[in-house]
Amino acid sequence: MTERVNRFVLCTSGDSVKVYSTRTEEWLHSLQGHTNQVTGIALNRANHLQVYSCSADGTVKLWDFIDGILIKTFIIGYPLFAIYVSEKHDGIVFLHIAMDTDSKNECFQLVAVHLPKSAEQEVEAKELSAVSSRISPNPSCTAFGREGQYIAFARHLQLNVYFFRKQKTYSFSLKATDKKGAKNAFTCIACHPADDCIATGHEDGKIRLWRNFIHTKEYTYSTQHWHHNAVNTLCFTPEGTNLLSGGIESVLVQWQYGAGNRKEFLPRLGGSILHVSTSSDGQLFCTSHSDNKITVIESSFKVCGVIQGLVKGDAVLTDLMIDPRSKALVLNGKPGHLQFYSLMRDKHLYNLDIVQQEYIYEAGLDQFEVVKAAFDINGYWLATVEERGQKSSDLEFVLKLWAYDERTQSFVLNTTITAAHTDRIISMCFSSSEETTMLVTTAEDGQFKAWCQGADADTQQDQSFWSCEFVGSYHNLKPTNCSFSADSSLLAVNFQEVITIWSPDTWELLTTLCQPPGVVRDLCFGRLSCSKYLIATTTRNLLCCWNLLTCALEWSTSVEVSKLQPDPLSENVAAFSYQSKHTDLFVFKPSEPRPLFTHKNMCSEKIHRAVFVPREEPLNNCDESSQWLNRSQLYFLTQNMDLLTFSTATEEDRMLSSSKRLVIDDSVAVTPFYLLLGKHRQQQQKLNTPSHPAADKPQQPQGSVTITELLHTPAHVLPAASVLCSMLVSSLLISNTGVRKDPLREMESSEQEMNSEKEEEHSEEEMEACDSQQELRAQGSVDEVTPKLSKAQERELKRIRKTDFSWMTGLIDSKP
Amino acid sequence: MGEFKVHRVRFFDYMPSGIRALAFNGDTERMAVARMDGSVEIFHCSDRFFQEKIIPGREQCGIEGLSWVGERLFSAGLNGGITEYDLTNQKVKYTIDAYKIPWYTFLVGCEDGTVKLFEVNEDKIQFERNLDRQKSRIVSLSWHTSGSKIAAGMMDMIQIFNVETGHSIHRMLADRGVGTSRSKECVVWSVVYLSDGTIVSGDSVGMVKLWDDQTGTLIKSHNVTKCDVLALSVSQNEDSLVAGTSEGTVVQFQFVSMVLGKDDKEWVRTRTFKNHTHDIRAVAEITTAVVSGGMDAQLVVKPLLDKIEVRSAASALRKIHFPHRRLVFCARNSGLMLFQYPGHLELWRLGESEGKGSSLFVKRNPEKLLHLKVKGEDHIRCSAVSPCGEWIVYSTASSLRLYRLHYQRFLFLFFQISKLPKVLSSANQLCFSSDSSHLFSASTQSSVHIVSLSQSGCKFVGTLKPKSGSHQAIHLLAASEDGEWLASANSDHEVHIYNLQTRKAHCTVPVYSSAVTAMGIHPTTNCLFMMYADQQMCEYSIEQKQYTDWSRTVQRKGLHRLWMERDTPCLNVMFNPQNPSHVILHDTYMLCIIDQSLPLPDDKTQFYNQLTLKSLTEDQRKSHSHAFKVCKTFKDILCVELISDQSLVVVERPLEDVATQLPAPIKQKKFAT
Repeated sequence: MTERVNRFVLCTSGDSVKVYSTRTEEWLHSLQGHTNQVTGIALNRANHLQVYSCSADGTVKLWDFIDGILIKTFIIGYPLFAIYVSEKHDGIVFLHIAMDTDSKNECFQLVAVHLPKSAEQEVEAKELSAVSSRISPNPSCTAFGREGQYIAFARHLQLNVYFFRKQKTYSFSLKATDKKGAKNAFTCIACHPADDCIATGHEDGKIRLWRNFIHTKEYTYSTQHWHHNAVNTLCFTPEGTNLLSGGIESVLVQWQYGAGNRKEFLPRLGGSILHVSTSSDGQLFCTSHSDNKITVIESSFKVCGVIQGLVKGDAVLTDLMIDPRSKALVLNGKPGHLQFYSLMRDKHLYNLDIVQQEYIYEAGLDQFEVVKAAFDINGYWLATVEERGQKSSDLEFVLKLWAYDERTQSFVLNTTITAAHTDRIISMCFSSSEETTMLVTTAEDGQFKAWCQGADADTQQDQSFWSCEFVGSYHNLKPTNCSFSADSSLLAVNFQEVITIWSPDTWELLTTLCQPPGVVRDLCFGRLSCSKYLIATTTRNLLCCWNLLTCALEWSTSVEVSKLQPDPLSENVAAFSYQSKHTDLFVFKPSEPRPLFTHKNMCSEKIHRAVFVPREEPLNNCDESSQWLNRSQLYFLTQNMDLLTFSTATEEDRMLSSSKRLVIDDSVAVTPFYLLLGKHRQQQQKLNTPSHPAADKPQQPQGSVTITELLHTPAHVLPAASVLCSMLVSSLLISNTGVRKDPLREMESSEQEMNSEKEEEHSEEEMEACDSQQELRAQGSVDEVTPKLSKAQERELKRIRKTDFSWMTGLIDSKP
Repeated sequence: MGEFKVHRVRFFDYMPSGIRALAFNGDTERMAVARMDGSVEIFHCSDRFFQEKIIPGREQCGIEGLSWVGERLFSAGLNGGITEYDLTNQKVKYTIDAYKIPWYTFLVGCEDGTVKLFEVNEDKIQFERNLDRQKSRIVSLSWHTSGSKIAAGMMDMIQIFNVETGHSIHRMLADRGVGTSRSKECVVWSVVYLSDGTIVSGDSVGMVKLWDDQTGTLIKSHNVTKCDVLALSVSQNEDSLVAGTSEGTVVQFQFVSMVLGKDDKEWVRTRTFKNHTHDIRAVAEITTAVVSGGMDAQLVVKPLLDKIEVRSAASALRKIHFPHRRLVFCARNSGLMLFQYPGHLELWRLGESEGKGSSLFVKRNPEKLLHLKVKGEDHIRCSAVSPCGEWIVYSTASSLRLYRLHYQRFLFLFFQISKLPKVLSSANQLCFSSDSSHLFSASTQSSVHIVSLSQSGCKFVGTLKPKSGSHQAIHLLAASEDGEWLASANSDHEVHIYNLQTRKAHCTVPVYSSAVTAMGIHPTTNCLFMMYADQQMCEYSIEQKQYTDWSRTVQRKGLHRLWMERDTPCLNVMFNPQNPSHVILHDTYMLCIIDQSLPLPDDKTQFYNQLTLKSLTEDQRKSHSHAFKVCKTFKDILCVELISDQSLVVVERPLEDVATQLPAPIKQKKFAT
């Protein structure tokens, strides 16, 4: 559900309402506070800077959406499913609530709730009055008419119009089926803002315009038909000159009101259109799509902005992957595309068109889909497999290899292999060594092939294309999975029950491992210190771990594993087990039979896709249960296409505190005085947070930190050379100011500051430098010669340079 | 129930003619329909659209417009004449030459660009004067209700004339449309002048435009179709407007208030009906329905559900394909068939078959014996063949011709009887007595002339005149098997029974509100069996001069709902000589045998029960069976006749065959093709 004001677009997202800017398409903030799914939003007609939201948690909240402040909470007490307001009914909201009788039948009723006027933050609204019980569960099947004089709602084949003044309902029914097999059920409703005309959308794609609906007999309607499938949404422009409609075709249709069938189209908007809304001045339209997208459209019918979330396709056929370059999550996006999604910024980066064919939005067509994708370790190569005809017998598939082009910052098609195998490709992986990139594919034709980028002797070109290097098979069995060891010295390919280990250098079959019964479902090598282990899961609920040095089974356990995911940055392996209708998560090290972490009954769906996302900076978690999350974060995708992740308690705290800080930041103007005062306060806040990110960090490289830092800082943010010069000199001096502290703690704190203040560092460096300069100059005469600095001294120096001198303000303050 | 050998005849290539104009008379609830071949038909709208009267056309007589003045009907044709029709005698009254008239009577727009004004007198119309002559031809005309202004649709423009002065007040230009070539002019096919001063026009660009007659400006335009808007019609209270297009769609516009409860109304396009495959040349909005007709020769009555109080069989969608008259006649005793086409007659001999089973092997193919072209320009009004097959008679509006056939084994003799009595100059309906000795010819003033036929010639015997003194023409005649009785039905719904022995009127069946569509006299009981347009049936005992007990039972118990909901009238009544209680009826879609000995069905019993009966045992069948046995094997039936060797002749004219003979419709893009 989207609702827009000229400058902002509001949309519900889970248990929050997100506010986006229409100009920059940036996410501004979320209105958080509901404890369950937000089911509807509606602008407050009395105050156009406020918005009502209703949620399944039984509350209606009133927000100031520009500042993101919760103004009021009205407790209704029933789960709410939709909200409507009208300018005529001040202080009243109309809500969909489920009928008490039976939730199975999806009986909903429309109630009017009088919102009590009270100063309190939380108010209980108990004045409910039922308007009608003939309500469709679809919230778009209810709409307010001209000036809020009547409300129109439809359910199945019946349209009802309730006039508030007369307190009378008029009902109009359509036939269940037309002679021509048309499906007449109502799907959405919109009312004209100035005329008494109700537009209804129908399942067969027709749009009817109803008039004269105060007569039960002499009512009339005209029918227009363009959509070939159900009309999902209808919306009149605020002046009522146009009617907008959208459906699965992903074409926004603008019907000229009163001009019969004159219409304009805006095609190829992406997924099917779910909602359309217009800004209050009619300048902008926006559509929300089934693929998690909001399109902002000018009234001249041009797309002027796209707000894209994680693209929700029909199914994720590829694995979840991480682009090693951008650290973006990569998976199926738009049909025929791979999407790159930044998890850090929660922002869709771009779609990579793999199939490069126009997608036809029509049900039942067999079209090319990306089914497999893999990155090499550097993110320089991307291999994709697209397939068509999964259901029918004539399968078509294409293996494509894409090279990263530094210049255009995107992937460019390098090689297309149309007949890579004679049958479907089941899995593929790149070798994990940095020197040579090699791709191994396994297919249902009983072979696995190794592909290499070979310089073709015939074509003396700069580009080198991929070609097949080796074809391997084993007793005509069907290979399913392949995996390279961490150093790429071994390749494991499993042929049903048998796991074969090959040497990629000589293509020699080194050994076979077998642990019947059960076909191997998933296999992976251990990482880092556990790289000598090979872990495999079988269909007969067995999780096995082999020691490759001894070629013997190290341990095995009986557990039904649906997904096995190794962490590339640690030894940890995550296993999702699906048993008795819920999924459990185990995280273990191959070397230890005892799991590091277990989470029982995590969710009720089966998990098939998961990925470890490396953190930008590792966490330092002493808590044993969350240590495995220190280096990377685990994301997994449920069958409902929800992307979930594990986070630690500290992270959540930090997120909360950062949001608080944001609020303070905005409220106080940035003045030099603030920099002196406010910064001190922030630091205290930060010290209170129990995160210790520095502890786990690998040791700083040897050498002068100051100089390396100087060299690493971009020139344009550095202070003037004269300042730097004196700073450099002064850094070579030993100071004796300050209280002596335990050196270890000092080091810690200084580094922590350094990390946490990276952002502010540059802006304030100059000032700090001046401070320290002054101080050092004063002390310069005490110790003159310092031939060589110990490491501890150096750190000390750095600490001083970085130390915040805001305590001085305290001194100043205390001075009378 | 009785088994019959059925001759399934499909070689009657009857082609209904396209509909050119419609005119509705709200006072009498009659709809006049003009066809391409110049014939005019009168339908009774409140009597289930029964075709009451047919005035046959002439060669080269294209009618362009029809209009009622009171109860008088006028038409204007391309041959340049205005014609008034004599509706009681179903013939053309007179024709006045007005030079090249395309449209509308007594106010006539001419191809040469003049609008001629005629005055309607008591018995004639008289030319009054010309309005200003225009350069282009006038295609359509419409009066304002005040009678002071006339709107005329022309090429590329509409003009408003002041009737008093005869001068043009406004010229309104219709644009030629986007995408079409500049040189192709826009024809304003029809205009309607509303009483509030709005002029509605439909043109060849596919637009319905609303103009203001005060300022002569365009108020609103609706793009209705990509092709032409050929016809417009407004309802009597002017709140609804229908437009017929050459795509075969009828588009309705309604005068609806945009804000409920306020008076500012606008014309809004509402419904679209698609019941035609070809051009719609004429539409008319009557009180409860939209009637449309076009090149596909069907008259479609689309009920407007919002105007109907009670939904019933009378208010269903109705498509009239075939005339409600018999066009096929059988010589019962000799296996000959006479097909009546507008301009000629065909005589065929039925084929013979052998073997047994559900479909028989044809031993001898049917054979066309005779192709008789009409002398003169008039079309055939009625025809008949005698039961023995020796006599053929037909009548046009102006003449009646009687022929004698004589054929031995290889010799086929055919000659016209030259000396006819003077009374046989023209006939409205013709009928032979069952022994082929007499010809009955229905004439003016509901009288019937009797002519005795013999080898030597024919001789006028006498005239039967009804006591009521009705002037309406007779449309049905039925003679009894024993030659004693003759029944005649006329358009006033009167049925007269004459005694042929005394040549005097015997009695009159009580007048029923609906028209008689078929009747027959029972060969043994001499009861007159009548079918009415509202699907009621009556049996009247001629000897006792009263309804029979069975008929009274039917009236008391009522007929089954499904029977009443059929939408085509019964066209023939026959009696099974083997079983006197069997009455055979047919309409366009079914053949029905009524067994008068069985109980009547009520609304709860299953009406079409043949299949259920088959599955039951002999004993159970008795309790389940009822009087109506319906056979739906045959479709699009024109005629069913029982011939002497206990076999039925079923003449079908499949609508698909009719459709293939029509010109190709406008090609339309259909979704997903």
